[in-house]
Amino acid sequence: MSARKIRVLIAKPGLDGHDRGAKVIARALRDAGMEVIYTGLRQTPEMIAEAALQEDVDVVGLSILSGAHMVLVPRILELLRANGQENVKLFLGGIIPDADVPELVEMGVQAVYGPGTSTVQVIEDIRKEFLGAAEG
Amino acid sequence: MELVKRVLAGERLALARLLTQVENDTPAGQAALDELFPFAGKAHLVGITGAPGTGKSSLVNQIAQLFRQPQAGMQPCKVAIVAVDPSSPFTGGALLGDRVRMRDLAGDPGIFIRSMAARGALGGLARSTAGVVQVLDAAGFDLILIETVGAGQNEVDIVRLAHTTIVVEAPGMGDDIQAIKAGLLEIADILVINKADRPGVENTTRALKTMFELGRPGRVMTGKHILQENETALISGEEEHSGWLPPILTSIATQGEGAGNIVQAIRQHGKYLKLSGEWGMRERGRLQNELEDRLQTALVARWRSRLPDEAFQSSLADVLERKISPLQAVAILLNFDVNYEEKN
Repeated sequence: MSARKIRVLIAKPGLDGHDRGAKVIARALRDAGMEVIYTGLRQTPEMIAEAALQEDVDVVGLSILSGAHMVLVPRILELLRANGQENVKLFLGGIIPDADVPELVEMGVQAVYGPGTSTVQVIEDIRKEFLGAAEG
Repeated sequence: MELVKRVLAGERLALARLLTQVENDTPAGQAALDELFPFAGKAHLVGITGAPGTGKSSLVNQIAQLFRQPQAGMQPCKVAIVAVDPSSPFTGGALLGDRVRMRDLAGDPGIFIRSMAARGALGGLARSTAGVVQVLDAAGFDLILIETVGAGQNEVDIVRLAHTTIVVEAPGMGDDIQAIKAGLLEIADILVINKADRPGVENTTRALKTMFELGRPGRVMTGKHILQENETALISGEEEHSGWLPPILTSIATQGEGAGNIVQAIRQHGKYLKLSGEWGMRERGRLQNELEDRLQTALVARWRSRLPDEAFQSSLADVLERKISPLQAVAILLNFDVNYEEKN
């Protein structure tokens, strides 16, 4: 039984307390056959990077609605890289202004999903990105 | 192997990656288990089991914190946590949410938490949990807390893996008949009634106390008394004839109440196992089980690979038509293998 499962960490950094979106995504990825580690609310970048390391995840999904993404995301990316996890893919959901997206992508964010994104889209992207990474 | 060396040197990323290999049962993971086997066998393996929602993860959170506090004259324990949650029987996916209750443990380099999906195994653990625990043991963790899937009555695999098994109950989960059924309650070395601020805690305590006392008439099994009694027995060496008395403790995990008693009971049970020689016996039983399991799996796989699929399919067709029973089909197939080998 050597089944390779896609492992995803879904986390909510910062101080906003709305986790509905994160839970919807976690549930959708679970139903797509992935193993989803959910950390709960109010995580610091350090907590997220530590969980990503211990759980050896392939993908990290962050839900941010507080507007603090331009501070939190670079910090989390920096910590992931410092831990040797530069190959972990990071995607964002929540309320992210369009104007910030190019800079976030420049930093190394794979995708930014706003309200109304279909979960099918997220699943497909993760599979493609994950498989792409596995081939390369 | 490179990864094994880095794990033994204490590298956390290497450890995390190796755990994935072991969890996926890859050739690299199997080779690493072989290499690490001589380094394992030192850690105290403590299982935490009980029904869903009784507060296992919150208790683990409390217990781990207390073990991290330095004791007089002792190094603080390095603590690893393996938390198993169920996989979907339909999609194979899983939501692993035990970390949500363990946020107090973040940022402590002496703690390593790993979530695992059960991946279809039914005994409360995943097939590879024992392997994952062995790697953490070899990596130098002194205490390994293994939290099972939320268990009903029969998910008792943990007792074969752990040295000490804690069964967590909550008030209002059933009457005294539930308490005398075989299975989960029977395997407890330490019984914890969590959520002790809820109504009904006295009834639950009484039912469980009665159940335990049926086996040992006249002994007080609850609260501080039993911890005292076990401590006295440990000091005087009396445990040889009295054996371990599983304490019934109450706690409120979300407030940290009662966790100190649980930690004391874990330490006592560890001492008891070593003094009484039961540690060695459990170790022997566990390794014997593992050897037999692996032997069976390997033999079946080897035999199955030699059996032509047509033979299997034709027997299956006969079973489907109810010409022969499954038991008869097995006899035919076992014979077929011999004849086939002789002809070839």
